[in-house]
Amino acid sequence: MSTTNEQPETDTDGVRRIYDPVADTPLRYRRDPPEAHPSLDYPPYKSTQLRHPKEPLVYLPHTVTEITGPQLDRTLALKETDHDLTVQAQGEPIGERIIVSGHVYDTEGKPLRDTLVEIWQANAAGRYDHRWDRWAAPLDPNFHGAGRCLTDSEGRYEFTTIKPGPYPWGNHYNAWRPAHIHFSLLGRAFTQRLVTQMYFPGDPFFPYDPIFNSVRDEKARGRMISTFNIHQTRPNWAQAFNWDIYLRGPASTPFEEAF
Amino acid sequence: MIFEVTPSQTVGPYFAIGVPFPGGNLIVPDGTPGQIRITGSIYDGHNEPIPDHVIEFWQPDGDGRFADIYGYGEQSTLPGFRGFGRYGIEDGDGSYEIVTVKPGRVPGPNNGPLQAPHIDVTLMARGMLHRVVTRIYFADEAQANAEDPVLAGVPASRRDTLIASATPDGYRFDIHLQGHGETVFFDI
Ligand SMILES: [Fe+3]
Repeated sequence: MSTTNEQPETDTDGVRRIYDPVADTPLRYRRDPPEAHPSLDYPPYKSTQLRHPKEPLVYLPHTVTEITGPQLDRTLALKETDHDLTVQAQGEPIGERIIVSGHVYDTEGKPLRDTLVEIWQANAAGRYDHRWDRWAAPLDPNFHGAGRCLTDSEGRYEFTTIKPGPYPWGNHYNAWRPAHIHFSLLGRAFTQRLVTQMYFPGDPFFPYDPIFNSVRDEKARGRMISTFNIHQTRPNWAQAFNWDIYLRGPASTPFEEAF
Repeated sequence: MIFEVTPSQTVGPYFAIGVPFPGGNLIVPDGTPGQIRITGSIYDGHNEPIPDHVIEFWQPDGDGRFADIYGYGEQSTLPGFRGFGRYGIEDGDGSYEIVTVKPGRVPGPNNGPLQAPHIDVTLMARGMLHRVVTRIYFADEAQANAEDPVLAGVPASRRDTLIASATPDGYRFDIHLQGHGETVFFDI
């Protein structure tokens, strides 16, 4: 098996370099710091109670199985309409038309190209086109709420969609989810797999939502909130929100990984 | 400069509108010579099946070659080999099923001695704020399992939770998220 010990070159001209697919495949990835993600055991979110392991996790050294990843776009055969959730039905969906875009980077700031980004969300009234969603808000026959795209050569993704509404849920009395879009990222390696949610700036439900607040570090929570961007709005057409996503990057030295 | 990762959030109850795709559980095309079926069930802390879950798989082909996105290493030449499987269901009976081939052996940490055949697994569900990661090993690979550098790091009393048992057309691998016989999950 051909492998390399060389780490990616550092930027000398201040320009972000794109990964070289072979030379830049790291032998191991940086471990996420303890506060980076929510704990699987988080009592305020009640469904975690029976669905979190109680035994300690076992250290998994990164091997070729963990540093490689699939080329799922070939299977999915992405269509032009997959990244525009407003044109997937006969008519136009109801709600605020928005463009959601950003880059997928690793923690070294290098863009990840050709990586699959998948989203799903509620409609403008906060209802999912899903048979389990029985909230008494209207369904929109012109909005299904799922999209996919690949990042381009600079790691950029873009969706056109409808701003989702907040919705109530059964976790506790008068529980509401802040408006959010679910994101799924494959990255380039099994270690980079991430499923998360993108939120909108200034949402009044933030202080009351246990899922959002399961990320205990305030700065880390901030990394889930998109920003409004006037420059990317389309005049007389759509608002725009930016959200960059960071997946774990290479461990900077072999010594960062003790095995 | 090192940036911090974007935090994980739960896949939630409604992933079925966007995540599963037709044929997602076919890691090899159905009808591939030597194909096997791996089935199992996923249980919560009350030993009840979890009806809504997304489970993903990543593995090399029988020769230990991957279908890697960037062509890392020797690439699989098995026709239609995807190496990746995704089984997502919203109201199932807790079970999953994939069609694949038994993986070959690949190098261990730091390109060291060979690992036993294994499949990497990601499991997500409502009520899980982050994915959990486990591995499927195979009961009929006792010798390779005994030499495996990853299994060596697992407490001996819990290793059997990672070993799939043989069935007439493949293997069975159950996952217990919590409680008696809790599956070993990895810090990746
Ligand atoms: Fe949601």
